[in-house]
Amino acid sequence: MSGVAVHLNGLRRTFGTVHALDNLDLSIEPGEFVALLGPSGCGKTTALRVLAGLEDADSGQVLVGGRDVTALPANRRDMGMVFQAYSLFPHLTAQANVSFGLSLRGRSKSSARAREMLELVGIGAFADRYPHQLSGGQQQRVALARALAIEPSVLLLDEPLSALDAKVRVQLRDEIRRIQTEVGTTTLFVTHDQEEALAVADRVGVMRAGKLEQLAAPADIYLTPATPFVAEFVGLSNRLPGTVTGNEVEVLGTRLPLLSPASQASVTALVRPESVQVTPEADGDGRVLTTSFLGPISKVTIAVGDVLVVAQVATDRLASLTPGTPVRVTLRPVPVALA
Amino acid sequence: MAGVIARRARKQRVFRWAVLTVLGVFFLLPLVAMVEFSTRDATTWPALVDWPELSERYPALAEGITASLLQAALTALLMLVLLVPTAVWVRLRLPRLRRLVEFLCLLPLTIPAIVLVVGLAPVYAWVTYFLGGSSLTLVFAYTILVLPYAYRAIDAGLSAIDVKTLAEAARSLGAGWGTVMWRVVLPNIRSAVLSAAFLTVALVLGEFTIASLLNRTNLQVAINLLGKSNATMSVAVSLTALLLAFVLLMLLSLLGGRRRTSAVVAPAPLKEPAA
Repeated sequence: MSGVAVHLNGLRRTFGTVHALDNLDLSIEPGEFVALLGPSGCGKTTALRVLAGLEDADSGQVLVGGRDVTALPANRRDMGMVFQAYSLFPHLTAQANVSFGLSLRGRSKSSARAREMLELVGIGAFADRYPHQLSGGQQQRVALARALAIEPSVLLLDEPLSALDAKVRVQLRDEIRRIQTEVGTTTLFVTHDQEEALAVADRVGVMRAGKLEQLAAPADIYLTPATPFVAEFVGLSNRLPGTVTGNEVEVLGTRLPLLSPASQASVTALVRPESVQVTPEADGDGRVLTTSFLGPISKVTIAVGDVLVVAQVATDRLASLTPGTPVRVTLRPVPVALA
Repeated sequence: MAGVIARRARKQRVFRWAVLTVLGVFFLLPLVAMVEFSTRDATTWPALVDWPELSERYPALAEGITASLLQAALTALLMLVLLVPTAVWVRLRLPRLRRLVEFLCLLPLTIPAIVLVVGLAPVYAWVTYFLGGSSLTLVFAYTILVLPYAYRAIDAGLSAIDVKTLAEAARSLGAGWGTVMWRVVLPNIRSAVLSAAFLTVALVLGEFTIASLLNRTNLQVAINLLGKSNATMSVAVSLTALLLAFVLLMLLSLLGGRRRTSAVVAPAPLKEPAA
């Protein structure tokens, strides 16, 4: 790993009355791939832009490799950035785009290096094409090559996949991860797509209203969310009424351990659809309302009294769960968060 | 049915040609008259293309031509130096001021030249005091005069590209503001800059009111003066100036046409490379 550590300390940034960054602290280990995830307007892009030097923080500190770069302008921060909008210089070929940063640094052999980077991102054959002759996915590959060519200390990705169609998005997402692992550059990836964040990052930071709610490995974010917001934002959740007894909560007749202690007895528990088990049973208290086919797994909506429960089942079981079928609903005893 | 369509097509064709002919006569007749008049004296045109002879026989005209060409070049330069960075900066940093800047730049269009001169006269008293009475000082007034046209052209060019993202991309790659302007923004608004420059040149070459009222000389002032002593030469020079402006505007529309064609070139059907 050749990366450097990045620390954002107590960043604040206000736009009018909106706190885009509210005392944000974030530490990224050398060579680590961190994704910032959150709804639009949560401050994730502002955090990235402050790190890039494209936006000034009202207060706080940006440390890169132990060096305070808070006051440095963007062009002296040594960061590679890929933007959400297509940002290739329209008057330059793919190769010239990649060479741009190298030539500013007075590197000789910049065209050889540019070719090498284009090969790395898999479009060496298109080096002589202009941006308008490339598809969206290809343009973002060139942008990635251009950002990496200057061997930046930090790679910043500002929703680079959001303008692409679904298939290219998944393909490029996996490739970004492969390349990042190969070059070992510390990377901050901003996205509003939770699947994207969970799939590629070493750690995911969930942001809300300018603050970091939780920064943890993808599995921990999903299985042990630190706050109700994280639990609701990441993955689908059923909101089911429950009664707290000790450090357990009783939901639909099943006792589930609590992730954090409750302050009142009557609560709303957040239960993942994959934790809901459905068995057809003539005297079951649930009725299948709708089913939707999603490929190898499917979604079943069940009414239990006046509570709606969404369950995830293997598609081959759909035949026995047609709408109207009486079913019994049980919950797997995994720890749950409260809303 | 087919007969009706054929008749209608023929009617339209006749109408089209009639309009073209009337317009052609309207525009071309004065030009033809100018050509006819300016060729009555056989020495006129040869003198016009022979610079040493021209400057000897018509020193005021030669001075006017030189002054106008220099004014045109300097005005175009000053306009670009002032306007391009301002327009880019407003887009990048002060988007809320765009309306105001646009309004200010369009103002000269709504103020008659004569009113402008009344306002400029006291200013030019100072200009004369500091810089002398050279006709090149008109460049300042002309820069204001061409703002509406030049601003429109440059603003249209900037609208066609995502200046903010391009500038930020270049900054993140290590480019200072000078490099951003010179190597990223300018090459991408080249045809807009050329349009603005051509319009400026055409406008300055045709300017009479301000130069005359501020007692400076330029091509039009010289032509006007010459008209009193040698009408043939004055008409010949007018015709040349007209043709020059015409050629400039042709070039401009050619540039515009090329920009449009390059914009509609469809991306080549490429396959996404396999991961």
